[in-house]
Amino acid sequence: MLPLRLPRIRRGALYVWRRNILVWRKLLVPAILMNFGEPAIYLLGLGFGLGHFVGDMAGLSYLAFLASGIIASSSMTTASFEGMYSVYTRMVPQKTYEAILATPLEVDDIMAGEMLWCANKALFSGSAILAVAALLGVVHDWHALLALPVVFLIGLCFAGPALIMSSLAGSYDFFSYYFVLVITPMFILCGVFYPVDTLPQVVHGFVQFLPLTHGVYLTRGLVAGAGLAHPWLDVAVLVAYALVSYVIAVLLVRRKLLV
Amino acid sequence: MTTLIHARGLCKRFDGHVAVDGIDFEIPAGQCFGFLGPNGAGKTTTLRMTMGLTPVSGGTLSVFGLPVQQHASAIRARAGIVPQAENLDPDFTVEENLQVYASFFGLPRAQVAQNIDALLDFVSLTDRRHSRPDALSGGMQRRLTIARALINDPELVVLDEPTTGLDPQARHVIWGRLNELKTRGKTLLLTTHYMEEAERLCDDLVIMDHGRILAQGAPLDLVHRHVEPEVIEVRGAPADIEALATAAGCRLERMGNSLYCYTRQPAGLIERLKGRTRLRYIHRPSGLEDVFLRLTGRELRD
Repeated sequence: MLPLRLPRIRRGALYVWRRNILVWRKLLVPAILMNFGEPAIYLLGLGFGLGHFVGDMAGLSYLAFLASGIIASSSMTTASFEGMYSVYTRMVPQKTYEAILATPLEVDDIMAGEMLWCANKALFSGSAILAVAALLGVVHDWHALLALPVVFLIGLCFAGPALIMSSLAGSYDFFSYYFVLVITPMFILCGVFYPVDTLPQVVHGFVQFLPLTHGVYLTRGLVAGAGLAHPWLDVAVLVAYALVSYVIAVLLVRRKLLV
Repeated sequence: MTTLIHARGLCKRFDGHVAVDGIDFEIPAGQCFGFLGPNGAGKTTTLRMTMGLTPVSGGTLSVFGLPVQQHASAIRARAGIVPQAENLDPDFTVEENLQVYASFFGLPRAQVAQNIDALLDFVSLTDRRHSRPDALSGGMQRRLTIARALINDPELVVLDEPTTGLDPQARHVIWGRLNELKTRGKTLLLTTHYMEEAERLCDDLVIMDHGRILAQGAPLDLVHRHVEPEVIEVRGAPADIEALATAAGCRLERMGNSLYCYTRQPAGLIERLKGRTRLRYIHRPSGLEDVFLRLTGRELRD
């Protein structure tokens, strides 16, 4: 039967991505302000405020430590928001996918295009934070630019699960569970605010299975010059989350829309 | 004549509930083919199956000679779909809606720009090119949706209740455009629960109820085959009218507040009704509505 065919990645994904960027362009100014405004407040508020008491952390100034972590967590939240609230809007009330499915495109293309777009938005937000961090003088060297593809990958990795949530949601309220139970714990536990090796051993072992931990390892290593212990393992974890969640999202959305 | 769509024993089941129950039909190229039936008859489900938008539960179904399950994407590349509920993109203008939709077909931009001018002219929306959909009336939105479905110059245009919810004037405009498409050689496939729409547009149609096809044919042939040519509809008919009509040789159907008297010779009954000044009745030629009533014992309009 149709819904069990393995997803394919085709050119159509780019058409869906392009539709989204055309809509985004219409709201360019507020979108960019949001991209710069939020991280700037985080960095200035927490970095300087808390940093005053904390001093150094893991051999870095607290502002450098925090900035290099926030780049990863902000990609996570940006991709998750887009993959839930915006995707759900297009999938259910706005019926955009119904319109797209009346063309040669398939659910596979729509989901791949949405993941690209979520990752794209994560990249916008990551770039903005990197720029703010550079202005504050906490970027170590040009290796920081390598954090941008990483940020894109983190976006893909969190877009997939967000799409899954959208396919399961009956209303917007459903997303609160995911944020409270999944996103917020990762935000707190995965090394954005303090090194994960200060966590109790059991928890430290557990957070190794969470993708944000590996995202933070990578961005901190590249942006703050903290060094990379196992970069390919980190990349592999992020890629695995992205691929597996893409396949699940396609199967679930087919079941939801092709009825 | 080539057959565009071919269905044999087509079935659709939704957990235990049978929506389409083993129907056969063939749709020839260049015609307007209709699925007529009340809500819940299985019309929309049938339409969605032909476009590969819902899996088939049983039977065979091919469009353009291609089995739908394996070739849905290729089939939709050659078809235009007008959905029942509007799903225009609210963030884009009229023109952008068409541009973005064209991009989903991978059409070259230069060609699209020309097509858009012609399509906007065809649906009389040239001066609304820069409006957003929410600034358009219901009839205009429908016309834009039809233009959108034509962006890839499809051989087959599939319309799910194209005029439901429109006022009579807007409905006539849509019918005019659809007839124009027919003269241009497009094959139209539509669902409707409006008799008048089916009679005006369809060369051939099937009447559906409870997932089954009850009758098939050209609208006038169906009327000739299934009901007497004329009907006198008596509103709020008092009891004695039934006896009167039976005596005049009519076949009777009672539906709600009305009595339908079918006959080949209406003159006798009309003569007897004329004397009764307080009685309201309508004498008209029989139509598809009457065929449906005859076949199901129920009214089609809801």
